[in-house]
Amino acid sequence: MALHRLSLRLRQTVTHVRSLHTSTCGQQHEAVAVESEPEPFSVFRTHENDPACHSQKHIGQYYTVPPAHIRTLFPQGLPWRYQQQVKTFNEACMMVRQPALEVMSYLKKTDSSKPSLRYVFYGLKGSGKTMSLCHTVHYCYTQGWLVLHIPDAHRWVKNCKELLPSSYNTSRFDQPLQATEWLRNFRTTNQHFLSKIKTTKRYVWTKREFTEEGSLLGELVDQGINRAKSGSDVVGAVMKELRQQSGQPGSDFRLAVAVDGVNALWGRSTIMKEDKSAADPEELTLVYNLRKLMRSDLVGGAIITALSQTGALYKSKSDYLPQELLGEKGFDNMDPFIPVSVPDYSEKEFESCYLYYMDRQWLQHPQSRTQEGKKELIFLSNRNPWMFEKICGHL
Amino acid sequence: MAAPGVRTVGRVSSFLGKCGNCSSSINTVTSQLSRQVLSRRICVSSALHRKNLAAAGPEKFSVEYIQKQVEEYNIGKRHLANMMGEDPENFSQEDIDRSITYLFPSGLFEKKARPIMKHPDEIFPRQRAIQWGEDRRPFHFLFYTGKQAYYTLMHELFGKILNIEKHQDRLRAKGLFSKDVKQITLGTSRWLLKEELDVLLVETISADDYNRFIQLMERLLSLPYSATEEEFVLRYRQQLEAQSRKQMVPQLEKDERGVAFSTSEGRRKTSNSSVVLRDSGSGRITVNGQEYLHYFSVLQDREQLMFPLQFMGMLGRFDLECTVSGGGRSSQAGALRLAISQALLSFLSEGEIENMRQAGLLTPDPRVRERKKPGQEGARKKFTWKKR
Repeated sequence: MALHRLSLRLRQTVTHVRSLHTSTCGQQHEAVAVESEPEPFSVFRTHENDPACHSQKHIGQYYTVPPAHIRTLFPQGLPWRYQQQVKTFNEACMMVRQPALEVMSYLKKTDSSKPSLRYVFYGLKGSGKTMSLCHTVHYCYTQGWLVLHIPDAHRWVKNCKELLPSSYNTSRFDQPLQATEWLRNFRTTNQHFLSKIKTTKRYVWTKREFTEEGSLLGELVDQGINRAKSGSDVVGAVMKELRQQSGQPGSDFRLAVAVDGVNALWGRSTIMKEDKSAADPEELTLVYNLRKLMRSDLVGGAIITALSQTGALYKSKSDYLPQELLGEKGFDNMDPFIPVSVPDYSEKEFESCYLYYMDRQWLQHPQSRTQEGKKELIFLSNRNPWMFEKICGHL
Repeated sequence: MAAPGVRTVGRVSSFLGKCGNCSSSINTVTSQLSRQVLSRRICVSSALHRKNLAAAGPEKFSVEYIQKQVEEYNIGKRHLANMMGEDPENFSQEDIDRSITYLFPSGLFEKKARPIMKHPDEIFPRQRAIQWGEDRRPFHFLFYTGKQAYYTLMHELFGKILNIEKHQDRLRAKGLFSKDVKQITLGTSRWLLKEELDVLLVETISADDYNRFIQLMERLLSLPYSATEEEFVLRYRQQLEAQSRKQMVPQLEKDERGVAFSTSEGRRKTSNSSVVLRDSGSGRITVNGQEYLHYFSVLQDREQLMFPLQFMGMLGRFDLECTVSGGGRSSQAGALRLAISQALLSFLSEGEIENMRQAGLLTPDPRVRERKKPGQEGARKKFTWKKR
């Protein structure tokens, strides 16, 4: 920064010297200096860090997500490789792309008194569905919405360490670990809503423990975190409260439900029951409640989802279309939804990404600066964002 | 009616049965011949290191015997032509081979064991004529050196050197001597190798002998007026030609929209591939109808695919349509690389083709899986050794 300032100062002196000789020339220089001053960054960056202000002219440019937002909004919600990238670059830059802009433009025009719409991001592997989802979620967050973000629904239907029969309904199963983890993230994301929303029902957890009607949502969440056993039911209760209260005359919040890997809800699970048979996702409390939330009776909010083949169970590698991944049942359940295709990088987006990696010193080989080297990179990655990051990124 | 043609074939086989140690010589000679015609001369094949058996001992077949064989061959050829209903006057060796494979179909694995009918010159090794007369005295004065052909050559060579020197001295005396006279144009030729010289002289010479011969030859070349003996020198040199001349270049075709395209095939290990290369495309590549990024998910395979195009600086110019079957992922990528390189040839000039050949892009990879051996754990690995 100091260097930058120094150069500015130097430039001023130079223009002064010039102005002694020819006034017109000096003025021109000054004009150029003033123009270039507010843009120390290059073409691939935008200073518009508020997603609400992003428009078509920002497509392909990177904007910086403030670190505070990353900490609160995405405690675990970002893809692993992007988290690593954020750590390496010490900044969270996200590219503004068409699919996210499209959904955000729909969200801006939505009538909040009508039942909410469902958006589904779909696309080939590694084309940036999750990042588009995160961008949209960031928009919702900056608009002051209540964000209910499920980073990866696939994690709820496999690799379960603890599986307990539910105390509320014995035919269902609780996943206390996943429930507490999610509740904790929910608490950090929506800190200021916890003290505003009050419960509308009395919940009894055990003989002694209960939550009174009219108590704060924060208490309910704390109850779930402290008593892991009732965690899954607390998740259900939180979802139910939010579903019923959003869009009601008394409430002053809008609900954004963001689910990544939504095809997990209607797929199969690998969680084994006592008798070694696979549990149906319907039987898992978390999935059951999430499915109820996805129904179209949600008012005054939005349901934004992304499909994901990565991590999906019993799905072919080449599947990527909604009807393939969701299956017949899931497709019928989701049916009135707006599919948003996420393509690979366009030429402009690729150029921007290439310049960004160059700026961040990820492309250091002299060959990579030439036109030939760029062609090689295009060939090897086929403009797929994930593959391009993999080629350029750390080993 | 079929007798003479078959007899020649039968004669060869009966002869093989008669003297067992000779059969190997015939095989080696034929293999040597085929190798000289087909193989590349970058590294000398092991067959050439074997002993020059023709030069090893005294003559094995008399001249009369060989002459008789030739006569029989000619008669048999005519009979065969009549049998096949073709013109006996213009019955070439290819026609003979075709007829033999038709009349004597053989499923034998070893190609050399199948029936053949060839001119005796190709079957019997080149051999020295008898070196002594009726009175058992050798004809040649260098016979008792043991290497008469070699020493004759050296004598002749040195005689030529002396002649040239004498010629130069005469010119000097007349004052006509000048340094800048026409030199021998050697071009891209090389000296005959020792093995080749062996075959030429029908004698086995040692490495030292060979070096001495080369030294003397160099001395001849260093003389200013050596051009008078150009024909003699060039007899002992082998012309090298660019290997890529022999490269088959696929025909460039035009489709209905006038876009140039070429097709080609490649193989590696157990993979077979074919490629259609279309000009003026956008760099779109499909493998078996899939996007290549999803078909080859490993970076190295995509690099293999990229290399021919990148080497010629033609990335993003062509549309490729690949089909590949069999083998694993790396062999499929290797097979595609070869096919793409071959298909690319029709868009290149001759010099660029030579560049590609030198980069190894046109050479098929001959490596295949080595078989497991009995009594061993694998192809090379032995079982764990236990004392008892």
